Amino acid sequence: MKADLNGPFSLKTIRRVWSVFFVAMFLFLLWTADFRHLKGYEASLFLKIDPLVYLSGLLTGWTVYKGLALALLIVIPTLFLGRFFCSWICPYGILHHWAGKILLKRSAAEYHEENAYRPIYRIKYYILTALIVLSAFGASQIGLFDPIATVSRALIISLFPAFDQLAGVIYRKQPVYLGGALIGFLFIGFILANRYVNRFWCRTLCPLGALLGIISSVSIMRIRRDVDKCNDCFKCLKGCQGACDPHTELRASECLACMNCIYDCPEAALAYGLPGPRSSAHKPVDANRRRIIETALASLVLYPMLKSSLGSGNTALAEVIRPPGSLPEPDFLRRCIKCSMCMKVCPTNVLQPALLEAGVEGLWTPILVNKIGYCEHHCTLCGHVCPTGAIMPMTVKDKVGTPEKKAVKLGTAFYDRGRCLPWAMNVECIVCEEVCPTSPKAIWFETKEIKNRDGSVKKLKIPYLDPKLCIGCGICENKCPVRDTAAIRVTSVGETRSTTNRMILEK
Amino acid sequence: MCKSDPPFNGELMPSKSKNVELYDRRKFLNRVAYACAGALGVSAITYMARSGEPVYRRPEKILTIPKFSVDAGAVYPRMAIVHGKDADRMVKAALEKLGGVEKFIKPGDRVLIKPNVAWDRAPEQAANTNPHVVAAIIKAIMPARPASVTVTDVSLNDPYRCFARSGIESAAKHAGAMVFIPGDGDFRTADLKGELLTQWPVTRAVFEADKIINAPVVKHHSLSGATLSQKNWYGMLGGRRNQLHQDIHTSIADLAQAFRPTLTVMDATRVLMRNGPNGGSLSDVSVFDTIIAGTDEVAIDAYSMGLLGLDPAGQTFMQMAEKRGLGVTRWKDIHHAEFTV
Repeated sequence: MKADLNGPFSLKTIRRVWSVFFVAMFLFLLWTADFRHLKGYEASLFLKIDPLVYLSGLLTGWTVYKGLALALLIVIPTLFLGRFFCSWICPYGILHHWAGKILLKRSAAEYHEENAYRPIYRIKYYILTALIVLSAFGASQIGLFDPIATVSRALIISLFPAFDQLAGVIYRKQPVYLGGALIGFLFIGFILANRYVNRFWCRTLCPLGALLGIISSVSIMRIRRDVDKCNDCFKCLKGCQGACDPHTELRASECLACMNCIYDCPEAALAYGLPGPRSSAHKPVDANRRRIIETALASLVLYPMLKSSLGSGNTALAEVIRPPGSLPEPDFLRRCIKCSMCMKVCPTNVLQPALLEAGVEGLWTPILVNKIGYCEHHCTLCGHVCPTGAIMPMTVKDKVGTPEKKAVKLGTAFYDRGRCLPWAMNVECIVCEEVCPTSPKAIWFETKEIKNRDGSVKKLKIPYLDPKLCIGCGICENKCPVRDTAAIRVTSVGETRSTTNRMILEK
Repeated sequence: MCKSDPPFNGELMPSKSKNVELYDRRKFLNRVAYACAGALGVSAITYMARSGEPVYRRPEKILTIPKFSVDAGAVYPRMAIVHGKDADRMVKAALEKLGGVEKFIKPGDRVLIKPNVAWDRAPEQAANTNPHVVAAIIKAIMPARPASVTVTDVSLNDPYRCFARSGIESAAKHAGAMVFIPGDGDFRTADLKGELLTQWPVTRAVFEADKIINAPVVKHHSLSGATLSQKNWYGMLGGRRNQLHQDIHTSIADLAQAFRPTLTVMDATRVLMRNGPNGGSLSDVSVFDTIIAGTDEVAIDAYSMGLLGLDPAGQTFMQMAEKRGLGVTRWKDIHHAEFTV
């Protein structure tokens, strides 16, 4: 007898309801990452419950940072229930599920081929191995493949701004991001991959899926096939999301707990639950031990390659200005998962996903591009949404400084006297002095008598910068009327978080 | 072979249609005629759309800024200086002294209030107009039954933060006004008809208002000495307004000439004495507990400069404004009232 498809309490229906709920919640939380809506919302909740972020952070930083222990909310149920996260909670997985449903249309017979297990699905275990080995050495690159970070990044950097371009309802000012469309293309590419391989991302690439797969290989609750009832019709493969072979010995580590097979079985031979007396056997994780060791060894080479390429981790780079509260650069690279939450919450759009500015390791990590925005003096939102503590949360008082405690400095501004209007062209300006937010202002001026070309004399205010007061917020660069390459520009030197990227001798 | 292909039927070049159509003369001539007509039509359209410009440009509509000023009559003072602690009572008393709010606001008017909300600063730091004063203005004009009251500014820092942290957003909303934060598409090109400033993007709120109340705050400013009511009009412009610094005195005079408000209510409750116009430290702020209201912006600015210890006659933009007939620098010469409530 076929199980009731439309039953309000069928597992499949419940899964559908939860998946819609969690995608909506994910989008809502991303939307709240904004000065006006953040209030008390835990905008980066999905990243904080991500076990891969937790594991990688533990390996790179040897600490469990605050809410990252929330990942146990996923890990412990996975031990009993299997990879339910992938079909019920993961917004990226659910998007792929929907995309597969829409994009992939095959005849019933072809679905059997489509949804049968293929050896390439092992790749995710090797990706996981490589990322974990890198993490163990202290190079965090999980952000490149972690599904939650990937979907957050794609939405924040490309899709939300693109939607706003059309509808103009999300932002007051259309944000722009470095290489934004590239991240969008990647996202769309993976979504379109469902046209050819159903849930290509989840089955083949997702390291979080691999991790949960390994954990779920001990789960008690899983899809059980009653060998007496089963007549080997293979109809269970029609809607199978994980390519986990429910028609034979189930690959429990691949099963995404979508529950489709239960309702596709005409004999009611499949059920989710504890083993029965006539349940079929299950297959272990299909990852070749030799390949795993090979991948691990290859990652050993990857690590020194990453570390020996020029990057912010080994060299002070002028353009690598990190958000306020960022850890020292090597530690920052250890923690940052490239999720872009800081870029969503930033009110001035100054935070940008670096391309190669910070080196290969720093791809898509946040840097300040003062041409686009500037660090708002009293704003500390980026630290409050960072899920991993790469940007530490702090109070406005800590950022702005008190008489006893110095303000947080992101870098130092430098005049380009060949481009500055008063310095080079005898034109009155000092916009930089007006907008300088510190008190007393880091930018000061001297009124000088200047001789014009025709010999006439003019009084002009000539600006100077006090590097001890400058906090590197970049508003001077942003508001400078010399628009293409500003006449005052901030570089990272003097940043509070570094003890080496300094220029002035002080105690 | 693709699954959708028909089975191979033995022909070397399988054709989809078995019956190849043969042309007769009539059909041939018809087709030639259609082709010629089509070609002619396309040529005619391209001929009509020909232009020296490679891209079509919509002719831009250049607006002019209406004059909002109202003459209350010579009996009433042109400037009221009120000292006190309670902003509501001070503003109300000032407007009564100037002739009553009904002289300025007619029932059904759409009123625009332009405070200074340029900076992401707390009210105590005195970088923006005091929210109590903004609320007091709204409350004071409500009895005149305006159709709507809108508070707007083009902030220099992030506008959402400026309006929220200055306290002006909540103060205005509680007092019954709307808050308008202009976005990218909310500017219209207007001719300011100034000596230096001609065509500039101006917030559309100006063109949707019948009366404008200028609500600046007294602040120090390094380049122009002080930022007062005339310079407050800076916050109506979009575009590259930071270029205005290159000739700030002419710019201020041009702005004051272009925007003629119904009323000006200057906030001198807290005054930023140095490190202006954004301050940052409470030690930069002095408390004066004063409000100056009136219809002569130049006189109001001249009085306010005194609070900062500046000589109004020595400021170039004040001389320019006086020369253009915008007001009187020697504020003691005009009919004014000074009192405490």
